[in-house]
Amino acid sequence: MPEYLVRLAQVHESFRKAELFALGELAGVTLEIVEYHENSPFCIVRLPSDAAAAKVISRSILSLGIHELWGRGPSYEALHESVKINTSHLWAKYKDVSFKFTVDCFQGTRTTAEQRDIIESFSYLAFEGPIRMKDPEVSFQVFEHYDEKAPHPKYFYLGRFIAESGRHAKSTYDLKKRHYISTTSMDAELALLTANIALAAPGKIFFDPFMGTGGFPLAAAHFGAYVCGSDIDGRSIRGTGGSSRKGQVGKRDVAGNFKQYGLEGHYLGAFVSDLTNTPLRLPAPSNNGIRHGYLDGIICDPPYGVREGLKVLGAREELGDIERSNHQARHKDPTYIPPKRPYSFMALLDDILAFAAITLVEGGRLSMWMPTANDEDVELIIPTNPFLELVSVCVQPFNRWSRRLLTYRRLPDSEAPADAVTRVRKEYEKGVRADELNAFRRKFFEGFKEADKLRAGDYAPEETPKKIG
Amino acid sequence: MKLLTLNFLTCAIKTCKSSPSSFPLHPRDAELEIVEADLNLKFLENILPRLMWDELRVVVDELGLPTLPPTIPTRADLVAPSSPTSSSSSSDPAPSQTARDLHRILIETCVREGKLVCGNCGHEYAVKEGVANFLLPAHLV
Repeated sequence: MPEYLVRLAQVHESFRKAELFALGELAGVTLEIVEYHENSPFCIVRLPSDAAAAKVISRSILSLGIHELWGRGPSYEALHESVKINTSHLWAKYKDVSFKFTVDCFQGTRTTAEQRDIIESFSYLAFEGPIRMKDPEVSFQVFEHYDEKAPHPKYFYLGRFIAESGRHAKSTYDLKKRHYISTTSMDAELALLTANIALAAPGKIFFDPFMGTGGFPLAAAHFGAYVCGSDIDGRSIRGTGGSSRKGQVGKRDVAGNFKQYGLEGHYLGAFVSDLTNTPLRLPAPSNNGIRHGYLDGIICDPPYGVREGLKVLGAREELGDIERSNHQARHKDPTYIPPKRPYSFMALLDDILAFAAITLVEGGRLSMWMPTANDEDVELIIPTNPFLELVSVCVQPFNRWSRRLLTYRRLPDSEAPADAVTRVRKEYEKGVRADELNAFRRKFFEGFKEADKLRAGDYAPEETPKKIG
Repeated sequence: MKLLTLNFLTCAIKTCKSSPSSFPLHPRDAELEIVEADLNLKFLENILPRLMWDELRVVVDELGLPTLPPTIPTRADLVAPSSPTSSSSSSDPAPSQTARDLHRILIETCVREGKLVCGNCGHEYAVKEGVANFLLPAHLV
C-alpha cells in the first residue's frame, strides 16, 4: 500500500490516532500508521489508494490535509535523494499539467526569497506545465519540522496534495456564533471529534441522554446522522431557562440551533427525562437470545456534579405515607415539580454503560466524557460492562484535573462473556448529600488536595466498594 | 418530536416496562405539524428492521393518518423499479412511493402538543412545543 503524509493539527494530541482509526473504519479501508509522534504534526500512514486517503481525511477534525508522500529526510540532500528514488517514475505524469509548490514550516518561518530557493531546488522534477497558484491540477508541498525555537528545521517531507480535511467545520459550529448555548456547552471542535470517534455517519441514529443545548447531537447531525436527545432539565431543551450569553434576550432553543445549521431534518426530537427512569424502549433478549438494539451511537458529556448538579428523579429521603399521597394528589397540577435527589457519579457512569449495552446495535459505539483528578490512579476507574469493549481512551489535560473521552464498542452477544447477564450489581457510595456521592465533586472543591483523611474515614474509594449489609 | 421517535418510547415507570401494553404510548389531543425534510433512502433502509411495525400502525391509526400496510415493507419495496434506460449501478436508486409515504409519516410528521398515555398504568406525559416530559412524580419513582 502507498504511503501518505497526514498533516495533523498540533492540538488534542491523544485524540489524533483514535480519530484516524475511526475514520478508517468509517471509510471501510485499512489504515496502517507507519510513523506517529505525539509532539509532531506529521504522521505517515499506509492506505490503499488516493481515493481512500481522501475519504478518510475529508471529515477529519484534527488534521489539515493528506498528501501522497514523495520523500523525506533529515536534510534537503536526504529529501532530494529520497524523492529521486521513490518517485522518478511518476514525474512524467505531471510534466505538462498546471501545478503549484508551497512551503509549510511547522514552528518556523521562511522569507519569500528562502521559499523560492527551496522550491527551485526541486527543479530536477522538470515540470513544464503552467504554474497556477489558484486551482492547479496538481499541488506539491514541502514540509519543514522545526523544534520549538530552533533556528533550523530538523526534518523535511515532500508531498503531493490529495485532500483537505473537514477541520473547517470547527469554525462553522463555533460556540461564539451559535444562537443558543449554556455554561457547560462542549467546545465545537471536541464535539465534532466525539462524533467522529463514535462513527456518526449518514443513515445512523445517535442519542445523547444529557443533551443540554444539543451540542453533541448537532455534531453527529453534521456528519449525516439522525439524532435525538434528552435531558432532565426541560428548560435547556425548550430554552426557557434564559440564555447564558450576556445580554441575549428572546426565545432560543435546541430546535433553533438545528435550524441555524440547516439540520432540522436530522433532528428527531428531544424529551425531558432522567436516564435512570428512561422512557426509551429497553428491548429484552428475544426467544433466540438475541437483543435488538436500535441506536447506532450514544455520545454524551454526563454532568460531573460540579457546574451542573448530578441528580436523578426521586426524593432525598424515603417518602412517608402522607408525603406519598400528597405527591399522588398533586402530580397532575401544572405547577408540580418532581423532586430530584443527588446521585453517585460512578453509579451514573455504570448506568450509562448498562443503557448502552441494551440499546446499541452490534458494533454501535458509546463515547462519553468523564473527569478525573490527576492524583487518582487512572486505569483503575474506567467503568466497564461485559457487553462493551473499550476502543479508545483520549485525555484532555487541565491544570489540576483532566477529562477523558472513553469510547466503547457494543460486542455481538456471541462475543460477550457467558456470565455477562448474571454479573452482580456493584454497591455505590450511599448518602443524601452531593459531596457524599461524588468523589470528583468533593475533590474539585477541595482543590484536589490529597483526600487521605477522607479515605481513611467513612469514604471508600470506587475500586474497592464497601460491602453494605 | 418526529413520529419515528415515538416508536422508541414507552412508559418511563419501571414496573410498566415489562408489560406489553406500555408500548406504544397512545397520543391524545395531539396537535400535529409537518416539517419538510429531505428523504434519505439509506436512513429508511437502516431503520426498517428496528421499527416496531404493528405498534407504529396503531399510533398512525389513532392519529387519524392514512393506514399503513399490515406487513412491514422490505428494503426492496423502498426502491422504485428502475427504468430500463438508467443504469442501476452508477446513479443513486430512486425512492418508491412506499418510501415517500414512510418518510412522510416517520420523519416529516411531528407531534407539537398533546399527551402520550401509557396503556398499562394510564399515566399521561405532556408534550409541549414538541418536547415530551417524562419526569415522574416522587410516588412513582
